[in-house]
Amino acid sequence: MLSQEEREEIEAEIAHYPAKRAVCIDAMLIVQRHRGWVSDESLASLAQFLDMSTADLDGVATFYNLIRRKPVGRHVAMICDSVSCWIMGCDRIRDHVCFRLGVPMGATTDDGRFTLLPIVCLGACDHAPAMMVDGELHTDLDEQRIDAVLQRYE
Amino acid sequence: MQTTLEKPLTSRLRPDGEPTSVGEYERAGGYRGLRAALNMTPQEVTELVTRSRLRGRGGAGFPTGMKWSFVPMGKDAPHPKYLVANADEMEPGTFKDRVLMEGDPHQFIEGMAISAYAIEADIAYIFLRGEYALSARRLSRAIAEAYERRYLGRDILGSGYSLELYLHMSAGRYICGEETALLNALEGKRAHPRTKPPFPQVSGLFGKPTIVQNVETLCNLPHILANGADWFLGLSRTVDGGTKLFGVSGKVKRPGLWELPLGVTLRQILEEEAGGMREGTRFRGVLPGGASTDFLVEEHLDIPMDYTNVQKAGSRLGTGTMVVLDDKTCPVGMLWNLEHFFAQESCGWCTPCWSGLGWTEKILLAMEQGKAVQQDMETLRFQTKFLAPGNTFCAFAPGAVEPLQSALKYFAGDFQRHIEEKGCPWR
Ligand SMILES: Cc1cc2nc3c(=O)[nH]c(=O)nc-3n(C[C@H](O)[C@H](O)[C@H](O)COP(=O)(O)O)c2cc1C
Ligand code: SF4
Ligand code: FES
Repeated sequence: MLSQEEREEIEAEIAHYPAKRAVCIDAMLIVQRHRGWVSDESLASLAQFLDMSTADLDGVATFYNLIRRKPVGRHVAMICDSVSCWIMGCDRIRDHVCFRLGVPMGATTDDGRFTLLPIVCLGACDHAPAMMVDGELHTDLDEQRIDAVLQRYE
Repeated sequence: MQTTLEKPLTSRLRPDGEPTSVGEYERAGGYRGLRAALNMTPQEVTELVTRSRLRGRGGAGFPTGMKWSFVPMGKDAPHPKYLVANADEMEPGTFKDRVLMEGDPHQFIEGMAISAYAIEADIAYIFLRGEYALSARRLSRAIAEAYERRYLGRDILGSGYSLELYLHMSAGRYICGEETALLNALEGKRAHPRTKPPFPQVSGLFGKPTIVQNVETLCNLPHILANGADWFLGLSRTVDGGTKLFGVSGKVKRPGLWELPLGVTLRQILEEEAGGMREGTRFRGVLPGGASTDFLVEEHLDIPMDYTNVQKAGSRLGTGTMVVLDDKTCPVGMLWNLEHFFAQESCGWCTPCWSGLGWTEKILLAMEQGKAVQQDMETLRFQTKFLAPGNTFCAFAPGAVEPLQSALKYFAGDFQRHIEEKGCPWR
């Protein structure tokens, strides 16, 4: 079931487009902002709300990497693995983050604090290596800076 | 705009990283370009922009005025018409549109309003990449301010022209930057590209006439309208008008982003702006316009960076943001990283692309791991031809093999060493 708030936010988006289904990506991002991810149940409610079939909506969901069909931790850390960051040593950065949090890429820590994901170029290549935590950009990373950054997310 | 004559796009960026406020923007002459446009007919605006020789800054370099001229105009034209700002910036190595949106959001909005007026658009969308959360916050605020001051909405500045502008957050995938894939994404579909024709100018978003335009391209418009085509042409050292944002990343002394005249030499950018190579490293090559452009090497350092000359040298100006390869970095490893990106981001619609890029990535990884055989060199060369323009559904695949085909030309010896020495000499 969609919450009142979610429904209102989705309605506001619908007003911006000539067709209801056009907002299906926005709608999934709205649900995700409220619940962290898009569960099968959320997907079904959304499909009904937007007059789409669940399969059709899931087909859209699975195309886009920022739509999460699995639960994530309280914070999502996305480590850039594109070319400028690779040249500046993002492999080392990734290894250090994995070591500090004790999980491999793609996994969530046991305490549910962090999910680690790779991401393509974050548009901060002149300050590579870069990563993004919950929409906040962290640049010029080295081992020390990573430790300081991770501490800020409880 | 008085204060912005040499570097119109970036001169208002604040050193503290905060965005230029609407008041600051207006005091610096902001929204004068829009006022000028509203006093002209849409056709006159298009003619002015055509004369300014503004070319698209999103990678393809298509002349902006000419693009607008294909949009059906007048009483019988289908409505609503759409303007879409392509703010999907995901080309690896590219970091220019984010700076413009975060630093001077009103310049971008004014540019959108001018472009929309020129094609008589009713609705404009900003298609913003999902990760650009700070841009989203600053743009939302600037859009609200622009509505309050009647630069957007009904009857803009009493001109009778109306425009609604909305922000759309994307949910990832590089292919969304391709303009027809972007339109599918904006319609709430999987972002596969569309066949052309019909071109978006005639049948685009929701089947209506649509222009898709890069952020940096749009940011030039307020200045062209306020200062004229001759002034704009004078900014450049080449036949095309304007400045360009040039960026450099990799192992140079001062990686960064600068607004410079179109036509400055590659050497000037790499040595004077970026400070040359870091201590202990030597220059080997550069991707001049993002991940999907061909390498340029030492012999090209003195070419002027403009659309024509970079193309003559065998590459593309692309986004103008460069990635430098140094002698301490393995070219094969770099290519593996690039082709991994492209294989991952292929939209999967046509087989040569999704299958060919997966194959290419595997061979490059095998080279890095010392498992490649001589025949693999031929296979890589074959892939670059197989994925060349005309063999795939969209321009993604040809772009994906541009760095590879040029690396096979300039760094063939390094590929060969990986095979003969059964591993990566840089490890
Ligand atoms: C695979 C692919 C990705 C692209 N990504 C972008 C992008 O992120 N931003 C952009 O402005 N143009 C991108 N383009 C170019 C657009 O298709 C289009 O040419 C451009 O937005 C037009 O704007 P302009 O004429 O102002 O340059 C991409 C093209 C391709 C083939
Ligand atoms: S070339 Fe690649 S990205 Fe373009 S349509 Fe084919 S599969 Fe999709
Ligand atoms: S390559 Fe990592 S931010 Fe651009």
